[in-house]
Amino acid sequence: MVRYLLRRLLLGLITLWLLATIVFAITNILPTDVGRTILGPFAPPETVAALNEKLGTNRPLPVRYVESMIGLVTLNFGDSFVSGSPVLPQVLGAVGRSAKLAGLALLITIPLSIAAGLYAARRRDRLADRAIVLAGVTLSSIPEFVTGTILVVVVGVQLDLLPVLATAPEKADLVTQIRYLLLPAVAMAIVYFGYIARMTRAGAIEVLQSDYIRTATMKGLTTSQTMRRHVLRNALVPTVAVIAVQIGYLFGGIIAVEKIFNYNGMGATMLYAAQRKDLPMLTAGVIVIGLVYMLATLAADLIIAWMNPRIRLETER
Amino acid sequence: MEPTSILAPGPGGQPAELPAADLSASRAQRSSARRERLTVLVKRPAFLVGAAVMIFWIVCAILGERITPYDPYNGFSLGRQPPSLEHLFGTDRIGRDVLSRVMVGSRDVLIVAPLAALLGVLLGTSLGLVMGFYRGIVDDVLSRIVEAFLALPVILVALLTLVVLGSSSIVVVFVVGILFAPIVARTVRSAVLSERQLDYVEAARLRGESGLYILSREIFPNVLGPTIVELTVRFGYAIFTVATLSFLGVGLQPPSPDWGLSVSQEYTNMISGIWWPTFFPALAIASTVIAINLIADSLQSVLSE
Repeated sequence: MVRYLLRRLLLGLITLWLLATIVFAITNILPTDVGRTILGPFAPPETVAALNEKLGTNRPLPVRYVESMIGLVTLNFGDSFVSGSPVLPQVLGAVGRSAKLAGLALLITIPLSIAAGLYAARRRDRLADRAIVLAGVTLSSIPEFVTGTILVVVVGVQLDLLPVLATAPEKADLVTQIRYLLLPAVAMAIVYFGYIARMTRAGAIEVLQSDYIRTATMKGLTTSQTMRRHVLRNALVPTVAVIAVQIGYLFGGIIAVEKIFNYNGMGATMLYAAQRKDLPMLTAGVIVIGLVYMLATLAADLIIAWMNPRIRLETER
Repeated sequence: MEPTSILAPGPGGQPAELPAADLSASRAQRSSARRERLTVLVKRPAFLVGAAVMIFWIVCAILGERITPYDPYNGFSLGRQPPSLEHLFGTDRIGRDVLSRVMVGSRDVLIVAPLAALLGVLLGTSLGLVMGFYRGIVDDVLSRIVEAFLALPVILVALLTLVVLGSSSIVVVFVVGILFAPIVARTVRSAVLSERQLDYVEAARLRGESGLYILSREIFPNVLGPTIVELTVRFGYAIFTVATLSFLGVGLQPPSPDWGLSVSQEYTNMISGIWWPTFFPALAIASTVIAINLIADSLQSVLSE
């Protein structure tokens, strides 16, 4: 188990390094002139040169690369081009606020989609199964901002049931906060319902066809006993994996959701940085989200290894 | 075992071809099999619905202003009128007919998204073929790079890249296409892995065929099925991605009547009850991505039968 963990950790670190290198390449190799990117095409060349001097972007590429890698290890992502203060605390604060929203979305979508997936697997190829699969495919293909728009118009404006802006008044209690976050969270939950339900269904169908389920049934266990004792644990292995992947991707969709619902989290911070060409802020944001993805998949692999000893033993061999 | 393999997509290849003793006979068989699949495909209601919706939007994109009730680019009416018989979808903030704009709004996204999907599938398939076929150090290195790309949400990296490069339709095509390539590569790679152990590959090797020949003439035709499915799925995601980027302000640019861009220009008025300039373009996006997914899903089940 320890060897598996170490191996997994090492691979994670390599991926993180590659990811940081990709981000460095995008921000440093693609544009030849950072100052020009920030100031736009009409700024006089002297101003651009002065800005490049000030930002240190006119130094040789290898120097900047080594510096950014050292920054990564020492958790120093530089200062914002806009505010001049270090970017990392701002990014982490924003990630924290977005985590509330993302957490609520997962809290809604995980139990619902697992239940739907298991139900579909038990009624394989029947009407309910087809309906769940089709609804899942359909809903997961619609962008979050479209689902969000439709929810705002129907639930927020026409029916007037829930607030359409996500930020609760200051010092609001937890229930009020959740009420405000509910609509954006549902917009995100809808997109991920399909993936998780389909994965659970596929996992459960595979398990239901296996020999040990037949044995359990022949031993005289009722369907719900078999489901609880045997199917769930094994069928959820691919589900845990897909949930982990989605946690990272949630932060892609959250940008648009925060814009629609005017919520000041990671997405709003990234968009603000994008509009002002604040490259250090964007870079730190992308790397932190990559880190969230790495940690989520690492946690998922550990949970999977714990759930299914076969995987654990195979990797140790 | 690799830690990522549990996340790898499902079934890969199709059954291997029989050794073609009589080439013309096998070709005839193949084309009749293809025709059979096509008949099965057009009998699926999901496919028909998807195709009908897509044909509608393609016709709108091609004919554009010639079939819209009003001029989509200039407003001659009062702004922010609710839907009425005169303006079925109402008018936007500067008096332009929303229905006309929604109809023409399919044009840009239906050019940019398919090109991005095509580029992604071309790059990704080549990458996946090389990774799956040569294995070893090439595969190890490329797999790590693919893994690093997959760790990032496409929207976020696209946002970063478009900020650096500046937005234009052609840049959006390249950025989205390149970011899709690693995803496609992973699917194609796993399809190639299950093909390369089959006898026909070994036979070609014993005949002394070169690696490139085996890849392009033997393996590629047999992973064509998953590649076609991947192309339609990527097309759907390309619309998803391009629409979202336009909504975020880094995709298609004004004065395009693009749906995502329209939503982004009008969404702040939703709270004051002016929902129609936002709602109808949003529905248009939803109908398009759903249609493509219905087509992709039908293709997948027909090709895997």
